[in-house]
Amino acid sequence: MKKVGLSGNYAIAYAVKMADVDVIAAYPITPQTTIVEKLSEFVANGELDADYINVESEHSAMSACVGASMTGARVFTATSSQGLAFMHEVLFMAAALRTPMVMANVNRALSAPLNIWNDHADAMAERDAGWIQLWVSSAQEAYDTTLMAFKLSEETRLPVMVNLDGYVLSHTYEPVELIAEEAVRKYIPSRPLVNRLSPKTAFSVGVVGPPEYYFEMKYQAIDAIERSRMPISKITADFNRSFGRSYDDVYAYGMEDAEYALLTMGSMTGSARVVAEELRKEGLKAGVVSIRTFRPFPVERLIEKVDGLMGLGVMDRASTPGGPSNPLFSDIAACLCGLKDRPILQSFVSGLGGRDISPDNFRTMFKATKEAADAKAPKPCMYVGLRE
Amino acid sequence: MKCAKTPLKGWKELPEGGTITEPGSSVLFDASAWRTSMPIIDHAKCTKCGMCWIFCPEAAIKVNPDGSYEVEYMYCKGCGICERACAVKAINMEEEKR
Repeated sequence: MKKVGLSGNYAIAYAVKMADVDVIAAYPITPQTTIVEKLSEFVANGELDADYINVESEHSAMSACVGASMTGARVFTATSSQGLAFMHEVLFMAAALRTPMVMANVNRALSAPLNIWNDHADAMAERDAGWIQLWVSSAQEAYDTTLMAFKLSEETRLPVMVNLDGYVLSHTYEPVELIAEEAVRKYIPSRPLVNRLSPKTAFSVGVVGPPEYYFEMKYQAIDAIERSRMPISKITADFNRSFGRSYDDVYAYGMEDAEYALLTMGSMTGSARVVAEELRKEGLKAGVVSIRTFRPFPVERLIEKVDGLMGLGVMDRASTPGGPSNPLFSDIAACLCGLKDRPILQSFVSGLGGRDISPDNFRTMFKATKEAADAKAPKPCMYVGLRE
Repeated sequence: MKCAKTPLKGWKELPEGGTITEPGSSVLFDASAWRTSMPIIDHAKCTKCGMCWIFCPEAAIKVNPDGSYEVEYMYCKGCGICERACAVKAINMEEEKR
């Protein structure tokens, strides 16, 4: 393995190249562009033998990916924000038609106002599309997770979305350990996929499912993502063993003895951990939990991690306007509502549209979580960092 | 509403991804429940001109060997276009009692 300085986006481009994809169909959008820019360079200079399809929109990009995947090709695309929103209807088809593919989604806020910076609203809006959603918190993890995503996608025959925070991860250069190309090929060999179209196989896909059949057809996709928990654990464990990593569905810091913790997703996990370390020195038993596998949601792993906790602050970098709570908070509350001894939950929204979440903000959230837990009375969702 | 012929398959029996592996399945698609009224052909008035056959958007009008026409009610959605197209008013849409 060799260590090189790469941005999160380039790390993904290298993973895709090493995975030896057959088809890339993508449309540029900030902050994702440099992924597919790099890939088009690889294809143009002969380093990657793939069809690079220039399309006129993200809707077409996703449609081309679905078609290519049907033929048994290994497929990749990348997008952000408005681009992901434009793919919306085809995302549901990709999942229910059981077309394996990997998409990098570089998380960015949704307009209006127009904003190219990081938040999680784009992926949250596609939460119910039936895709496996993985979230990363470093360039190294973006590279590793993309490799795992191809294996996972092809094994479960479900599309996989790899989410990384815009700019914070996509454009920040970090040392990334690249696995030797031969080792990657051995890890994910090219193989023919089930359900593929060819001139020799005649069948119809994308058909009408009347009320007598829609439910059954839809349930197949629901069942597939439910059953993907096992392959996810196995693939992660294999990857960890083969390449010396330590990934898990849920990342945890200090959760063995923590009394108060923050629950995060993506790059903010690192900042939360730094603040938790400081608070520990000050005598507060602080912890951090981060969801890596957002769909399928790691219910059991999460319950294990929060066992014994007094208060849990849930940080959403997205919102559900008018809802009873925000997307991540809703999931956490649903996971824990059946438990007898569950921590007091405090909801936070922070960092929308690329607003930095400062160490002070994290301290505020830890403090508010402790106050809510000690008083056994959580406050309504707190918008941290918002000017009055 | 019913559209598909019984017996219906369960989710475990269906091919993955809503794939149809046998050709000609649209022939089994029963659209009759979509109707609220059905076309009745008065063969005494019918001149066998074929306008109903031309205009039917569902190809639900069948030509018999003797040149007369009949409606295949499994495919007829009851739109009434044949009634409008019939020059001699040999087709009447009648309320369907179920």
